[in-house]
Amino acid sequence: MISLNEVAISFHNVCYEIDHLSILNNINGEFYKGKITTLVGPSGAGKSTLLKMCNGLLSPTTGDILIENKPVHFYEPTTLRKSVGIALQSAPIIRGTVFHNLSLPYTLQHKSLLESDAISFLEDVGLDHTFLQRQAEDLSGGQKQKVSIARSLLNRPKILLLDEITSALDPTSVYEIEQLILNINQKFGVTIIWITHNIEQAKRIGHYTWIMMEGQLLETGESKILSSSTNGKIQQFVSGVQQ
Amino acid sequence: MTYTTLSLTLIFVLIPLLLSKTLKLNLEKDTVIATIRSIIQLLAVGYVLKFVFDSEHIIYILLMITLMIGTATLNARKKGKAIKGITWKVAFTLIVIEVITQGILLGFHIVPATAQYIIPISGMLIGNSMVLSILFLNRFTAEIEASRDEMELILSLGGTPKQAIHTQLTNAIRASMIPTIESQKTIGLVQLPGMMSGQIIGGADPVQAVQFQLLIIFALLTTAAISSILIGFLSYPTLFNERMQIIKNSISQ
Ligand SMILES: Nc1ncnc2c1ncn2[C@@H]1O[C@H](COP(=O)(O)OP(=O)(O)O)[C@@H](O)[C@H]1O
Ligand SMILES: [Mg+2]
Repeated sequence: MISLNEVAISFHNVCYEIDHLSILNNINGEFYKGKITTLVGPSGAGKSTLLKMCNGLLSPTTGDILIENKPVHFYEPTTLRKSVGIALQSAPIIRGTVFHNLSLPYTLQHKSLLESDAISFLEDVGLDHTFLQRQAEDLSGGQKQKVSIARSLLNRPKILLLDEITSALDPTSVYEIEQLILNINQKFGVTIIWITHNIEQAKRIGHYTWIMMEGQLLETGESKILSSSTNGKIQQFVSGVQQ
Repeated sequence: MTYTTLSLTLIFVLIPLLLSKTLKLNLEKDTVIATIRSIIQLLAVGYVLKFVFDSEHIIYILLMITLMIGTATLNARKKGKAIKGITWKVAFTLIVIEVITQGILLGFHIVPATAQYIIPISGMLIGNSMVLSILFLNRFTAEIEASRDEMELILSLGGTPKQAIHTQLTNAIRASMIPTIESQKTIGLVQLPGMMSGQIIGGADPVQAVQFQLLIIFALLTTAAISSILIGFLSYPTLFNERMQIIKNSISQ
């Protein structure tokens, strides 16, 4: 089968170093437009680092990243980050209410968020309107993750980067969030890059997957390679995580 | 006061020395160094001032002020070593303080344009500005350390560096200004300000001493506001690069 996928983001010989320590080593690959690609690998593999490069929060030490065939530095950083949204792994919140946190993307652009819109964004991630005036600091880890996901949707990004967004959620919530993201992907054609350490989740939701280890991209392909890869390291990792 | 009577005041140095020795506080060396330094520095300043006042030459006044700003800069920059070009940023801030305050004081003929006024007032304001800069830099670096995630969040949502650092910047500016404002609320109730006490002991009319003290207090408010705001706005851009990314380890000491 020949796939004629359009490329949303491509990596060309991307390396990243901190204090001469190699974090990412010669990454080459493509993320397809309108598809969900999962990024899997053990912690410390460099997944978060790679994701932050996709919206210019970090720049490669050497190599190039193209977004819609143009180098990242071609875009003005604030414009790029509005169209390539990210839900960060740490699900950071700012002091204040949930409403304050949700409307942050708007506040930064000197726009104001309607309360009714805020409620509908909240309901999308499975939180009801009573959360709106709660102090964000008092929320549980899972609730913060939900607020963080909702907030990343406010700019209506064309590409959405998700960093372990369901790690602190109960199974029901995980299902709801997966449905939400699938819906966004199908309805609006949003390109999704989703880091997860849950192999079953990767198989469930991803069209494609990138498997990373120790700063290297071991294999890319359709999600089925998670079961069918002949690479010993990958087999070991996949079976290890599942236990 | 003669030097003989002054030497009797060394009793005040002997007391802490004895206490430190008996209680093993291990402060003897520092106490001795501090005493010797203050004797030498103050005597030197006294003679220099006498010379400058006698000559009344503008060059000497400028030289004194340059020396003050130089020393204060070297002191304050230690706290902001991680910020690129902090030396020049602090020096520039102190120069602005000096120009603005003296501009107002001399421009409106509030004080006479003589060394006797310019130098002590400059000394007080520059010294205060130095302390403010240190307070600001301490707090600012701590705020940034504690809120990298929030800063990254704001950048990730399409915010500018200025938006990303706004809370930390204003917190640090406020925190460094508050002691100045607070201390002025109780001034005179417990402790008479040093300059006023000095003038009164020196035989000046207490009401006139108060007038000068008020002048200093008001000038200190301007100094406090301008120092921390200026150093803040000069410092924060060095924490980001032109791609609007947080520069790694830009602030960790
Ligand atoms: N700011 C940093 N300073 C030093 N090392 C870092 C920094 N950020 C990440 N690393 C290192 O880079 C590697 C990859 O990190 P990360 O991208 O977060 O991995 P993952 O998301 O796959 O767990 C890790 O070894 C981590 O310790
Ligand atoms: Mg990570």
